[in-house]
Amino acid sequence: MIGFLLRRLLAAVPTVLLVSVAVFLLIRMIPGDPAIVMLGEGANDAALAAFRSELGLDRPLPVQFIVWAEHVLQGDLGRSILLGQPVSTLVLDRLQLSAMIILLAVAVASVLAVAAGLLAAWRQNSLTDVGIVALATAGLSLPSFWIGLLLLFVFGIKLSWLPVVGYVSFAEDPGQAWRFLVLPVLTLVIVEVGVLTRMARASAVEVLRLEYITHARAKGLPERTVLFKHALPNAFAPTLTMIGIVIGALLGGIAVVETVFTLPGLGRLLVEAIYGRDYPVIQGCLLVIALAYVLVNLVVDLLYPFFDPRIGLE
Amino acid sequence: MRIRAPLSLSLRSLIGGFLGTVVLVAAILSTVWTPANPNRLNVTQRLSPPGGEYLLGTDEFGRDILSRIMTGAWTSLSLAFLIVCVAIVAGSTIGLMSGFFRGWIDRVVMMLNDALLAFPGILLALGLVSVIGPQRYGIVVALGIAFTPTTIRVVRGTVLSLRQREYVEASRALGNGPFYTLFRHVLPNALAPIAVLATSMFGWAILLESALSFLGLGVPPPAATWGNMLSAARPYLASAPWLSIIPGACIAMSLLAVNLLGDALRDRLDPRMQGA
Repeated sequence: MIGFLLRRLLAAVPTVLLVSVAVFLLIRMIPGDPAIVMLGEGANDAALAAFRSELGLDRPLPVQFIVWAEHVLQGDLGRSILLGQPVSTLVLDRLQLSAMIILLAVAVASVLAVAAGLLAAWRQNSLTDVGIVALATAGLSLPSFWIGLLLLFVFGIKLSWLPVVGYVSFAEDPGQAWRFLVLPVLTLVIVEVGVLTRMARASAVEVLRLEYITHARAKGLPERTVLFKHALPNAFAPTLTMIGIVIGALLGGIAVVETVFTLPGLGRLLVEAIYGRDYPVIQGCLLVIALAYVLVNLVVDLLYPFFDPRIGLE
Repeated sequence: MRIRAPLSLSLRSLIGGFLGTVVLVAAILSTVWTPANPNRLNVTQRLSPPGGEYLLGTDEFGRDILSRIMTGAWTSLSLAFLIVCVAIVAGSTIGLMSGFFRGWIDRVVMMLNDALLAFPGILLALGLVSVIGPQRYGIVVALGIAFTPTTIRVVRGTVLSLRQREYVEASRALGNGPFYTLFRHVLPNALAPIAVLATSMFGWAILLESALSFLGLGVPPPAATWGNMLSAARPYLASAPWLSIIPGACIAMSLLAVNLLGDALRDRLDPRMQGA
């Protein structure tokens, strides 16, 4: 188990390194002086000179990367050109909201998908199964920004149950804050539940065909025990991998949902930084999102042996 | 009641084919004819609802929505086509070479590729857009590059299994050059999985192009795309909901068509994956 953990951690190192190099090179790909790119057009000569010597911009590129990486490891991602705040505080602050929405949505979608997938597989080829598969397939074709707008129209405007614009954080007013999160979370659940259900159904179909299930039934175990204690854990393992992929897709696509619901999350920060050519913020957002994705995959891989012990033994 | 397969194959391709044809015809027609000029402003006819003089109504500038939807279809489909071309050409070339010749190049390519696959494609695209800037062909490059790693992996995997086949060994034994063998015997047999991949990528391309345009990072206005029409519709959600409903329905319809046809194509070309 410890060996597996270490090997998995080591395997993540090249990815993290490559992600950092890509984010570092991003700024160098922009035509012009990197110091001006990072500090903005309005920076004065003294600040530019200080920045150049601090980051060693007159030295070769590999040295520049090492200097940059040292700053990043100390939590120094530079300062936002537009907002004037340190990028690290800005990014971590906005990350909380995005992470909360994504994790809530994934948790709800996973529970629904596993239940629906197991039911569909158990009643394979019945009308229930066909219905679940058809709904899941239709769900694959729905763009999140459209679903978000439709939900806003129905629940925000027609029924006036939930707010249409703005955001109140949990720190300001916990009683109100959740009302701003219902629709974004629901949107992501609708968009992602389809792909998870298809995966859960496919793996449950495979598992229910296996001999140990027949054996469990032959022993006279109640069907409930067979399904939930014997089939579910094995059917869940491949779905877990898919959950990791879905979180990655959501990390990339969160900007769209935050735009629809005017939420001040990390995705919105990134998009606004791209509009305003605020490169330190762009760099910080890309780095944090990519590292979060690597971390999610790591956690998924570490959880996998709990559901499928054969994996950890290799 | 027992049904053999979830939605029979022919029904799926029929629905997919019908929806796809509608979108395709509208897109092609828009290059020669639209009911009105899609960019002509008409302040007296702002936000008129569907069903009147304008079949699908008008937007906040009094522009005809049907005409904009039609030109938007052309923009979405043509950009998605270009994006898929970039990814397939670049990815197949690298994947074919890497998988066929192996050696250290293959190892380096795979290491870089695995690392690229380790983060979400749309993030790669956003990073590239931040350098290139929001413009029509910028997103073709950005999304084309973002889709390339997946193509490399699929094509390389196919080539790895093909190069073990007897007919490839026979071609080598006959003294044919490696490039002759590659293009004459390996490539034609790799076309089926490439076609299946290209179909599903076409759907992702439509979706991601719309998403980028929705964020204001894709095709800039006044040119109409479904994504930027949706983004302009947000402030009028209460007064003119059809502005939001229509373009989104077009995106969903196109994606459904691509997904249904893609499933049908996969079943036809790769019977092993049937019902998966």
